[in-house]
Amino acid sequence: MSSLSFDIAHLLAGSMLVLSFLLLYQDRITAVLNVFALQAIALALSVAWQSLVQEAPHLIVTAVLALLVKGFFIPTALHRMVRRLEIHREVEQVIGSGPTMLTGLFLVALSILLVQPVRESVSMLTREDLAFALAVILLGMLMMITRRNAVTQVVGFMSLENGLVLAATGAKGMPLVVEFSVAFSILIVFIVFGVFVFRIRERFDTVDVGALDRFRGERRDQA
Amino acid sequence: MALIVELALQCFQMMLVVALAPLVLGVTRKVKARLLRRIGPPVLQPYVDLWKLMHKEAVIAHNASWLYRVAPYVVFAVTWVAAALVPTYATDLLFSWSADLIALVALLGTARFALALAGMDVGTAFGGIGSSREMMIASLAEPAMLLIAFTVALVAGTTQLSSIAAIFINVPVGLRVSLGLALFAFVFVAIAENARVPIDNPATHLELTMVHEAMVLEYSGRHLAMIESAAALKLIAYFSLIACLFFPFGMAAGDKNATALGVGLVAYLAKVLLLAVLLPIGETSVAKMRVFRYPIFLGGAFAAAALAVFLLFVSRGF
Repeated sequence: MSSLSFDIAHLLAGSMLVLSFLLLYQDRITAVLNVFALQAIALALSVAWQSLVQEAPHLIVTAVLALLVKGFFIPTALHRMVRRLEIHREVEQVIGSGPTMLTGLFLVALSILLVQPVRESVSMLTREDLAFALAVILLGMLMMITRRNAVTQVVGFMSLENGLVLAATGAKGMPLVVEFSVAFSILIVFIVFGVFVFRIRERFDTVDVGALDRFRGERRDQA
Repeated sequence: MALIVELALQCFQMMLVVALAPLVLGVTRKVKARLLRRIGPPVLQPYVDLWKLMHKEAVIAHNASWLYRVAPYVVFAVTWVAAALVPTYATDLLFSWSADLIALVALLGTARFALALAGMDVGTAFGGIGSSREMMIASLAEPAMLLIAFTVALVAGTTQLSSIAAIFINVPVGLRVSLGLALFAFVFVAIAENARVPIDNPATHLELTMVHEAMVLEYSGRHLAMIESAAALKLIAYFSLIACLFFPFGMAAGDKNATALGVGLVAYLAKVLLLAVLLPIGETSVAKMRVFRYPIFLGGAFAAAALAVFLLFVSRGF
C-alpha cells in the first residue's frame, strides 16, 4: 500500500477520534448534535476510502448508509426532538469536563496498548483502524455514563456505533447483510430511544435520567 | 570570511526580530481597531510609544527592591535571546545549534518567572493577583507545550528548531493528523502565553480579570518600555515558531545565496504579517473568558497535544 493512501486513511480515522473528543468537550446540546453529524460524515468518508483501497465496492453502500442515516437523518431528527422537548440548555455532566477529558485520554492510551500485540498478524492499516475504533467505542461509552441528559446519552450510543462500523470496515471482508442489519437495528434503536425519551419527559417533566433513580426502589436514602 | 558572513546573517536575524516586533504589534492593533470600526492608532505607533517611554522619568515605589529595577532588563534580554534563536528566514545559521525547542520554552519560562517576581515585589494587591494568575496559566500551558514539543520531535527526530524546519522542507512527511492537532494546541498555548483575548485582554488597564497588565501596573518610564518591547518580542517569537514549525515553506534551507535569502526573508515577512492579521480576527470573534474557565481552555490544548502524541504511536508503533 502506498504511503499516501495510508496517510489519508490515518487522517480520516484520526479525525473521527478527534471528533469523539470534541463530543466530550462540547457543553451545548445543539453543538453536540452538530459534532455528531460531522463524525458520521467523517465515518462515511473513511469507509468510502477503505472501499477504494480494499477494492470492495459494497463498502460504498455502507458509506452512503452512514452518510444519509447518521450524517443527516438522525441529527435532524434529534434537533427536532430537542426543539420539541425545549431543552436548548447546557449539557448536564455527572463529572466535570477536565476529569472526563483525562479519562478519555487514558482510554485512548488503553486501546492503543490493547491493539499493539496484534502487530504481527495483520496489516498496519487494520491495526490502526482497530485502535481508533476501540478508542471511539470506549469514548462513546464514557459519554453515555458521564451525561445525565437522555438525548446526549443517545448521541453517545450512536457515536459508539460509529466506532463499531469503523472497526468492521477496517477488517477485510464484512458481508453486506451484516451491515444492513446493523444499520437498520440502529434505526430501530433510535426510534425506541425517541419514544422512550418522550415517555420519560411525559412522566417526570425532565429528560434527566437521575429522576429515574427514585423509582428503582434501591436507594432508600431518598424519599 | 565565511564565518563573518555567517555571523552577519545571525546578527541580521537578531536585529530583524527586535526591529520588527513593535510593527507586528502595531499591525494587530490596527486590524483590531478596523474590525471594531474604529480608525485606530497608526501602524508605527508602538515605536513612538517606546521612544516616549524611554525619555520619561521612571517612577519607583519607595519599598521597591533591586529586583524591581533589574527584572525589566532580564525579561527583555531573555525574551530577545529566545526570539532571536527561532529560525526566521534561513535554517542552519551560526547559533542554530543552541535553538532547541525545550531550551526555548525554558528561556520564556525564565522571563515569566522574573516578571512574576517583579509583580509581587512592591506588594500591591494588583501585582500579586497578576503574578498568581500568570503562574496558574503557565502551569496549565506548559504541559501542553511540552507535549507539542514531543509531537514535533517524534515526527522530525530532533528538538532542534533549525533541523526540524530543514526536515519539514526537504523530507515529505505526508498528511499528518498529529501535526494538525499540534498546531491547534500550539495556537491555544500561544494565545494564553501572549495574554491575548479569550485569556487576557491586552488593551485594558481597567479590568479586574487582567493578568499581564496587572503585573506591570507599577512600572513606568524606561522600565515599562523594556517590558512592552519584551511583550512584543514574545509575540513575534511565537509567530516565528508557528511559521518555522508548521509552515517552513520558502525558508533558505540549502546554501545561502542572495536569492534564497531574499525569498526566505519575503516569505517570513508575509507569514508574520498574515498571522498578525489573523490574530485580531480570531480575537474579535470570541469573548473574554472567566478566570475559572482557563483550565478547560488549556485542558483542550493539552488533550489535543496528547492525542497528537498518541496518534503518532499508533501509526509507527513503539
